[in-house]
Amino acid sequence: MATEARILTGGQAVAEAMRQIDPDVVPMYPITPQTPIIQGFATFVAQGRAHGELVDVESEHSAMSAAIGAALAGARTITATSSQGLALMAEVVYIAASMRAPVVMAVGNRALSGPINIHCDHSDSMLVRDSGAIQLFAENAQEAYDLMLIAPRLAEHPDVLLPVLICQDGFTITHSAEPVVLLEDDVAREFVGEYRIPNSLLDVRYPTTQGPFAMPDYYFELRHQQLAAMQAALPVFEQMASEFYALSGRRYHSVEPYALDGADHAIVCLGSTGGTVKDVVDELRAEGEAVGLLELRSFRPLPRHDVRTALDSIRTVSVLDRADSPGGAPPLFAELAAALHGTEVDLRSFVYGLGGRDLHPEQIRAVFTEDSGAYIGLRGAPCPA
Amino acid sequence: MKEIRWHARAGQGAKTASQLYATARLHEGQSVQAFPEYGPERRGAPLRAYTRIDDKPIRRHDAIMHPDVVVVLEPSLLHEVDVTEGLAPDGIVLLNADTAPASLAGLDVRCVPAARIAGDSKFVNLVLVGALAAVLHDPVDAVADAAIELLGGKVAHDEIRTAVEKGYACLS
Amino acid sequence: MPELTAWRELPLGGVVRPGDTAPPHTGGWRTGLKPVVRLESCVNCLLCWLYCPDSAVQLDGTTFVGFDYDVCKGCELCAVVCPVDAIAMVEDDGD
Repeated sequence: MATEARILTGGQAVAEAMRQIDPDVVPMYPITPQTPIIQGFATFVAQGRAHGELVDVESEHSAMSAAIGAALAGARTITATSSQGLALMAEVVYIAASMRAPVVMAVGNRALSGPINIHCDHSDSMLVRDSGAIQLFAENAQEAYDLMLIAPRLAEHPDVLLPVLICQDGFTITHSAEPVVLLEDDVAREFVGEYRIPNSLLDVRYPTTQGPFAMPDYYFELRHQQLAAMQAALPVFEQMASEFYALSGRRYHSVEPYALDGADHAIVCLGSTGGTVKDVVDELRAEGEAVGLLELRSFRPLPRHDVRTALDSIRTVSVLDRADSPGGAPPLFAELAAALHGTEVDLRSFVYGLGGRDLHPEQIRAVFTEDSGAYIGLRGAPCPA
Repeated sequence: MKEIRWHARAGQGAKTASQLYATARLHEGQSVQAFPEYGPERRGAPLRAYTRIDDKPIRRHDAIMHPDVVVVLEPSLLHEVDVTEGLAPDGIVLLNADTAPASLAGLDVRCVPAARIAGDSKFVNLVLVGALAAVLHDPVDAVADAAIELLGGKVAHDEIRTAVEKGYACLS
Repeated sequence: MPELTAWRELPLGGVVRPGDTAPPHTGGWRTGLKPVVRLESCVNCLLCWLYCPDSAVQLDGTTFVGFDYDVCKGCELCAVVCPVDAIAMVEDDGD
């Protein structure tokens, strides 16, 4: 049911997924390193191989605003962004979640300014971590493609109805060419299916008011609905991933353990770093070291129960954050601390890769052998904790 | 694992060459990765691109620090950047030049006058991917096929094949 | 005061469906004046209908016939925009 592997960048792979999904509306504003995604999709539209309405908007704020309108009118809607674009869009991402607009967005993760930088870290994703949008992280171009196909099913599920962000590391994945196997077009389309939402804004026989004012007597309850939808997203994702596995042979979970059995030291991370960690785990296992990896496919919702089950009997857990929180705890570490609260796990925090700083296998090895500082690759001694 | 670093000026086709060689090896059943290094993206600026090739799936996502082969498309870069930085102990420099400059003395330098061979076609990159196939003992046909797959929509196929094969013949 | 609804019972996203809201009675907000129309002067331009913020201008098909005082807040916009002075603001007798 699959085509032969082709060399595609992560950006091209996601553009191919968009061609197969063939969304009705794509509001777009270019920004590096997301641009190849939208550029690729626009090329497919120009060639007549995709049929969506491209809406050239004047900013990412407008891109998400247009996306909400389109999605709630009854059109399957996809957009894409990075870094400052996501920052400018942020207030509208919250509104998309609260209006339960199942917008799918491809994110090429890139450091937030400043200083201005175009390379990868996860600070842009972390900026919208509380928005109510689902965030799934891909390790490589194949996963970015696969998760992009799963995204509409997850977003549009009646128990979920939330925006879904498919995150891939900027440049490291968006611009890196790797073997990618695509589903056949008709198989992908059938998997994604028809777009359905509970109330279309264009349904004149059943007119609704959407996005109403909510005073203190109702705001709390409506926000709590988003929390419930996030919790529902975990089993829905497993179900969609299971259906996708039947088609592709590639199985995804919200948390993915690697060589965790019998491990006494595990790394937890997001995104492309997981692949590099797997290589190091294999090397160290071959040397007799009991090390492993827990890769989070889903950052929002954070699969707290599964994370705890996977890690609560492991002696040392080192969390690699590709984002920092000056004056606070790095975001992924804070999540792990909450998930493992009350266990005996020795939990350690490492920050790496900010602004696209490379992370090499030797540095990951040093985390496992307890020879690494908390800020991996930082020149000069870190300021006192 | 084989790791290759490409040096060129932006616009000279190093990124294409990195992906093209990867495509050829993918078709021969290997796992591959190809990625450019993005700095100031201006035509003429020094640029690096990378290709990884392995028999097992490539999972790591970091830059290549110790390349087995460095391919230099633009000889004037020798005065600007250290193209041998981090070169593996038995590493090879594949250089677009008639003879190796004194600055690379003591290294395994393979020279291909790619600009002259390419002539009017300007396919310096294709001549060098052909030469790289000879250096790595890979079949030249797979490289030529991959070049036609990637560029054949815009350029005559025999022109592409000729450039690749001439580069290969130089070092085989 | 209606009973406040728990989060599970609320429509998703707070969507307001047909019939969800109580009929508005903004007529009670008037503070002394109400509009009246002299239909013999009205040219049926419907500017009042266009400007009225509360849909208080009643039409029979496309013909202006009067005001719905249950929702008219007495804002005077209709009287101001009327090009033929057919609408006057008068003492509100509480009708």
